[in-house]
Amino acid sequence: MIQLVTPDYIKTLQDNMHKLAEGVLRPISRKYDEAEHEYPKELDMFRGIKVMARPKKKKEGDSSASGEEKKPKRGANLGMVVTIEEMCWGDAALLLSFPNAGLGNAAILAVANDEQLERFGNKWAAMAITEPGAGSDSGSITTTAIRDGDYWVLNGEKIFVTCADRSEVVVVWATVDKKAGKAGIKSFVVEKGTPGFTLEHLEHKLGIRASDTGTFVLSDCKIPYNNILGDPEVKMSTEGFKGVMKTFDNTRPLVASMATGIARAAVEFTKEQYEKKGYVFDYKKNLSNVSAVEREWYLMDANVEAMRLLTWRAAWMADNNQFNNLEASMAKAKAGRYATLVTQRCSELLGPVGYSAQYLAEKWMRDSKIMDIFEGTGQIQHLIIARNVLEMSSKELK
Amino acid sequence: MVEEISFALSEEQKMMQDTIRQLVQANVIDAIHQWDENRLLDKQAVQKFWELGIIQSMIPEEYGGYGMGSSPVLHTLILEELAYGDMAFAVYAMLPALFVLPVVHLGSTEQKSKYLPEFCHESYIPATMAVNELSVGFDIWNCETKAEKKGNSYILNGKKCFVPLADEAKYMIVVAHYEGNPHLFIIDKEVKGLSVGEREKNCGWWALPTFEVNFENCSITESDKLGDETAINWLIQRTRTAMAAIGTGISRASYEYAKKYAKERQQFGEPIASRQSIAFMIAEMAYEVDAMRLLAWKAASAIELGMDANRESFLAKIYAGEMTMKLTDYGVQILGGHGYIRDHPVERYYRNGRSIAICEAMAII
Repeated sequence: MIQLVTPDYIKTLQDNMHKLAEGVLRPISRKYDEAEHEYPKELDMFRGIKVMARPKKKKEGDSSASGEEKKPKRGANLGMVVTIEEMCWGDAALLLSFPNAGLGNAAILAVANDEQLERFGNKWAAMAITEPGAGSDSGSITTTAIRDGDYWVLNGEKIFVTCADRSEVVVVWATVDKKAGKAGIKSFVVEKGTPGFTLEHLEHKLGIRASDTGTFVLSDCKIPYNNILGDPEVKMSTEGFKGVMKTFDNTRPLVASMATGIARAAVEFTKEQYEKKGYVFDYKKNLSNVSAVEREWYLMDANVEAMRLLTWRAAWMADNNQFNNLEASMAKAKAGRYATLVTQRCSELLGPVGYSAQYLAEKWMRDSKIMDIFEGTGQIQHLIIARNVLEMSSKELK
Repeated sequence: MVEEISFALSEEQKMMQDTIRQLVQANVIDAIHQWDENRLLDKQAVQKFWELGIIQSMIPEEYGGYGMGSSPVLHTLILEELAYGDMAFAVYAMLPALFVLPVVHLGSTEQKSKYLPEFCHESYIPATMAVNELSVGFDIWNCETKAEKKGNSYILNGKKCFVPLADEAKYMIVVAHYEGNPHLFIIDKEVKGLSVGEREKNCGWWALPTFEVNFENCSITESDKLGDETAINWLIQRTRTAMAAIGTGISRASYEYAKKYAKERQQFGEPIASRQSIAFMIAEMAYEVDAMRLLAWKAASAIELGMDANRESFLAKIYAGEMTMKLTDYGVQILGGHGYIRDHPVERYYRNGRSIAICEAMAII
């Protein structure tokens, strides 16, 4: 039965996470925006906390059985997007800097075997996919991994790696067989300090400056054979690659909730500032009888709610073992785009207060922009959605 | 205590959705173009909807109804399906609820026993509500129709527009300003001083007869005031959510039609859907329809739980208002010149969809 009012247990989680975001992240938000690349040592308090858990292995036939009515399940995905929204209300870049909570950690938890989990489970893991010539088209990466007895030898260049400096290990995507195309792409855990593995430089970015983004060069970098994640065999199908891409069905709602958190921060701040000027926001009003500023504000509030509901739906579906590829992309497409639009508009409505670095509104506008870019650009999301609803292949709809 | 969140329909909800979908498919989809052109729909289709007993279910047994109560979420689903067929049909079919539900929820025992039994019959009984006024940027909180207390009566003066079926309806609820607040009054159409004007010509809802209604020193008894000053707040949460559900239905119709067309229409030797400029519009339509629906569901959920839903219903309505305009525009745009011709339904969606952001209270959940 449809029931979309926020349940009490989620409210409690929101309240707790909000206190944390307000008490710990907000106060240092500007500090680390300015001190780009400096590790936010205040986040060490989170080091012991298990942010991510190993996903439960799904049982056969556990997928959504239509027909019979099932009780909705509480799961990790909804809790995660709720937590992330609150944290990003605090500061998105700081959330990305939480120790041991990198994208690489998610990959390791998802596919590592027990022996690998033992070695890497407690290490901060970054993820290296993007290359200078392979952005959205991650199937065309050229970094190679060649088997050499008990070792793999890696060569290539990886850019835009989040937590590049702070991480202890990096999950690197490389091809073991270029001719095999996507089927040849595997992921490898490379430890910092391995000869031939160099952090070449850290980027200077428009926003999320507290998060260190860097470029790695792999030059005859030799790693143990057992550092390969998943099946080493090259199968003549793209199932393996699709499996890797499926990870993104779970991570896209996380980015959508980041976008929602930043947009909400901007919308709330804008409201507070206008209330100080004597504006009264009241949901009983009629949209045709309010000022242009109020009208814009109400519509932004509605858009943030839409972003959140699309995101929660995608997460809820994952918790209830439903295939959410389409819904995950919908959440990311909407939230990524509208976080940019909403924060830009807030900055405009706030005028000088929205532009001065004395306040955070200008920062949210810069931070939010990445939400429509990483984890698949808005355009890629629209492609995924369009192919899905139009039932067209990637050849029919390029 | 709110225990769980759920995005899935229950069996009962699915069944109702299917029932209405089939009814619309069988009776509305092929006929609506002619209804729209003829400015008149086939009352048989409305009667078929009536026979499902949805309105009668809302009425307690002691007044002759089925006493099933009413579920705002279920009504939201029903309205989306009806409006997917046509907004005029949706308003027409659910119109008696606009009178019945407020009487059930806000009425005195006297009012209930006076009016409700009349709606427990086998054939459709029109009853309506007079809310909107033909003024620039009409605002329900500042309506110009006024009520004055005189002895044991209220004297009503003013003019309403967009009153559906005012010619046929025996009763209507009127929103009028009294002592600084809008209030609800039940009016028997035979009352002296009430006159129904010519049928209106509107941008959309061609299959729905709407009228201007004039009140000139209409005297109504004290006992026909419905609820107190909180009644209007009770009302707009339910009508705003209903408008959002209607907007979702119209937008979904526009989206589905444009999607199908884009796959069939060949230009430059391939379907226009294979162009990103078209495909991205369709992708946007897909998630915005869902977003509108989720906002409406959230508002309906809050009302169903007996919570204050001012924020939820307001956001649902303004979001649906904006997005319905955008999505019905996309529908016409994707069809290009063909979309501008009345042979295709997208121009009707465009005309009807415009009203979501303009009107208060054309339906209720």
